[in-house]
Amino acid sequence: MRLAVIVFPGSNCDLDLYEALHTVCGADVEYVSHKATSLAGFDGVMIPGGFSYGDYLRAGAIARFAPVMKEVIRLAKAGAPVFGTCNGFQILTEAGLLPGALKKNDSQRFVCKTVALEVVNNQTRFTHQYTAHERINLPIAHADGSFYADQATLDQLEANGQVVFRYAEENPNGSLNNIAGITNAAGNVLGMMPHPERAVEAILGNTDGLRLFKSLLTPAAAD
Amino acid sequence: MKQAMTPEEIKAQKPYLDWSLSEREYNYIAEELLGRLPNYTETGLYSAMWSEHCSYKKSKPVLRLFPNKNARVLQGPGEGAGVVDIDDGQAVVFKAESHNHPSTVEPYQGAATGVGGILRDIFSMGARPIASLDSLHFGELDNPTMKMKVQDTVKGIGDYGNCMGIPTIAGETTFDPCYSGNLLVNAMSVGLMDQKHLQKGTANGIGNAVMYVGAKTGRDGIHGATFASADFSDENATQRSAVQVGDPFMEKLLMEACLELIEQHADWLVGIQDMGAAGIVSSSAEMASEGQAGMELNLDLVPQREPNMSAYEIMLSESQERMLLCVVKGHEADVQAIFKNYDLEAVVIGRITAGHDYVLHHDGQEVCHIPVSTLTDDVLEEASEEREPARLKAAKQAPAWVPGIKDAGATLRQLLAQSTIADKSVFFEQYDSMVRTSTVVGPGSDAGVLRVRGTRKGLAMTTDGNGRFVYLDPEIGGKMALTEAAANLIATGAEPLAITDCLNYGDPTDPEIFWELHHSVMGMAEACRVFDTPVISGNVSLYNENNGQAIHPTPMVGMVGLIKNLDRVIPMAAQHAGDAVYLLGQTGDDFAGSELQKLLTGDIAGALADFDLQATRDNFHRLLAEMQAGHIASAHDLAEGGLGVGLAEILFKTELGVNLTLTLTKDQFFAETAGRMIVTVPVEHTAAFEAALGTAVTKVGEVTNSHWLQVRLADGQVNENVQALQTIWEEAIPCQLKSKD
Repeated sequence: MRLAVIVFPGSNCDLDLYEALHTVCGADVEYVSHKATSLAGFDGVMIPGGFSYGDYLRAGAIARFAPVMKEVIRLAKAGAPVFGTCNGFQILTEAGLLPGALKKNDSQRFVCKTVALEVVNNQTRFTHQYTAHERINLPIAHADGSFYADQATLDQLEANGQVVFRYAEENPNGSLNNIAGITNAAGNVLGMMPHPERAVEAILGNTDGLRLFKSLLTPAAAD
Repeated sequence: MKQAMTPEEIKAQKPYLDWSLSEREYNYIAEELLGRLPNYTETGLYSAMWSEHCSYKKSKPVLRLFPNKNARVLQGPGEGAGVVDIDDGQAVVFKAESHNHPSTVEPYQGAATGVGGILRDIFSMGARPIASLDSLHFGELDNPTMKMKVQDTVKGIGDYGNCMGIPTIAGETTFDPCYSGNLLVNAMSVGLMDQKHLQKGTANGIGNAVMYVGAKTGRDGIHGATFASADFSDENATQRSAVQVGDPFMEKLLMEACLELIEQHADWLVGIQDMGAAGIVSSSAEMASEGQAGMELNLDLVPQREPNMSAYEIMLSESQERMLLCVVKGHEADVQAIFKNYDLEAVVIGRITAGHDYVLHHDGQEVCHIPVSTLTDDVLEEASEEREPARLKAAKQAPAWVPGIKDAGATLRQLLAQSTIADKSVFFEQYDSMVRTSTVVGPGSDAGVLRVRGTRKGLAMTTDGNGRFVYLDPEIGGKMALTEAAANLIATGAEPLAITDCLNYGDPTDPEIFWELHHSVMGMAEACRVFDTPVISGNVSLYNENNGQAIHPTPMVGMVGLIKNLDRVIPMAAQHAGDAVYLLGQTGDDFAGSELQKLLTGDIAGALADFDLQATRDNFHRLLAEMQAGHIASAHDLAEGGLGVGLAEILFKTELGVNLTLTLTKDQFFAETAGRMIVTVPVEHTAAFEAALGTAVTKVGEVTNSHWLQVRLADGQVNENVQALQTIWEEAIPCQLKSKD
């Protein structure tokens, strides 16, 4: 599986995602510029965290117009795995690949810490190596992570099993239904505020994110 | 464009006095250096370049006391940042800088641009910034203004560093009334590079291009350097125009473009320098001076954000996110292509010329024509008068203060709620401490630790400044600042490499303040020699006063250390029940300047006892050898609040306790004697540990499973539930921030 890590102006977790996939998991992965007009030859897309376009206007709002996004949308529609963490999640909602929006944290502050999560749905191509309702810890680092959607959308997300991660103890940003990560209806696009790529090496004190990438790289028999 | 005043009007009306250039200096420039009257633009350039902030004219004689070389130092003071060899062809690059004056006027932008400026110093050397640290000193959190300033400062640091994607992994935050009218905001940046990419701020080669890259020039920050070289009063409270505004997104692009140029096309580049204090003039003049070249610039070519800027404004603007490059003739378009890929401007604004003259054109006229060295090298050093502060003489004769604690448990609870000691996570959780995925130890520990990707090495780093001790005894206080920084690094298992500093003082024309500067540097320099940690970079921030009230003299030490084996990073927290607990170093009746004294008397006073630097260093190095041998479970250096607070800190966020028997008194339980650590050692290694450390350590008890801090003292006892202590410690600052007054 050949994966593209998209680099926007202001992306800053691109290295982290690349290293987690390449060095830790041994995946075939390449940086791709926001200016690229083709993702031919790639089987999946990884959108990193950071501050694309400085988060000016609204987090992710400008990145959705980058040339490469047409190709990201094409791959997503074709059923290829598309993953976005943090700013990547914000971009995916702005691009309409995921429902809802990410608002400013309730505290009005940036927050960086490790939080407890529940793996709500372990039947996705990103989470099948976790056990059902497993508790894991992952770092968060964001100012705009409060997930919002109207009630009908929320009900639909819950009913379809699209809520993949939920904050299990403290809700650090005011997200509705304690939502930390969701997929699209087809299940091939995952957006999440926590950073699994920051939790893949024992030397950094946490490996709870590793199985997300392993899940992606070793599709379950059902896929 | 016409000059605002003729040279004769300048001589008669002396506007330069408002720009902090003295009459003596003006006359020396006119009579000795130029042999003519300088025009308006030239006078402005001299006043900026001859300010203390750019020239160190007052502090230079003192700074010479610092050692700045050893076998590992590749670049000492004088460039954007210092550079130290960490083996394998790699180097660590670091520097600290103060942004006290801008942060006092506008904390958010002042702090943000402080971070931005120090980052440019690092990547201008060819290094990628890998960590930020800070050292923040505020007034007490007892009024709404200070609470706002604290929160704005923290947000400014966070917003800039977070957007840049550089983790803020360590720092310190203290509170004292002496900083109420003049905050200290010191930022440090650490970078990593392959030695082959090392750059210099130099310009030479006749015909080579001088290129301006990055953001446009506006009127912001004009005279920032001279602003930082004068003290605050209510009369000049409106100096807001001297504060710059930061754009971290622009800086992120600028950093990526500069590093791409340096790492992939170094042959196109002669030199590169940040446009920091005093903007274009300081970067261009310093580069030409370093390269012993002449330079001619056309200011009409400088990208400008506002219309009708004068030559003087263009040259002195401190607009952020700009760099100056000297590019090999013929590669101008190549460099432009790199920057264009990041949507950044890169403009040729001048050329290197024969000779050594610094020539500026604006609006078709020559507005400056002076020998470049007169801006950079001919600055008149100023001998300063100094006198031992009267308070120090009095303190030496006064009887020593005795705390006389009755209930040591109650005192411990009170100390943990002191804002300087209490948990700072409400601040540092606003900083991304994990981005770049190399943070092994983040904020809240003795020092931050990063792994060096692709190696077994780690880098430990810390900032330390304790104005209270330096105020009571500048020389001993200076030694203590260095010792504390070294202890912080040793506690993680790192060997100290070198330091950077920010020397924060009051008005140096006051002889007592100059004495404080001189004697604290003497103490620091001595300790630098003992610990073999030369000063490789730094800055001086004087005139930190408000309405004539100076801050405590607060030299900040930023120290970086090398961990040769990441498997031997030592945690601060106790690890296992049953481990033996040792106290390293002797404890004395050291209460002067302590948090205990501040808690019980509301102030600090008294004389400090000297301590044996060499013995402290030897103890530290024997401990380090034991760490490297794998014999140590945890280590924590003792500072504010002494042993009592240190013990609580090693138990927080664990499920462990300690059961100790000490010969110390209740008072001594909180003494702040320098050079001490609390170390826990697995039982199987205690024999080796005791043999190695000898009488330097005292076994005081063991780690327990009970989550209680139980200590028998010579004249009493402490029996405290650790969870209850942790709650006090965690809630103190959020509680103070929320309270209405």
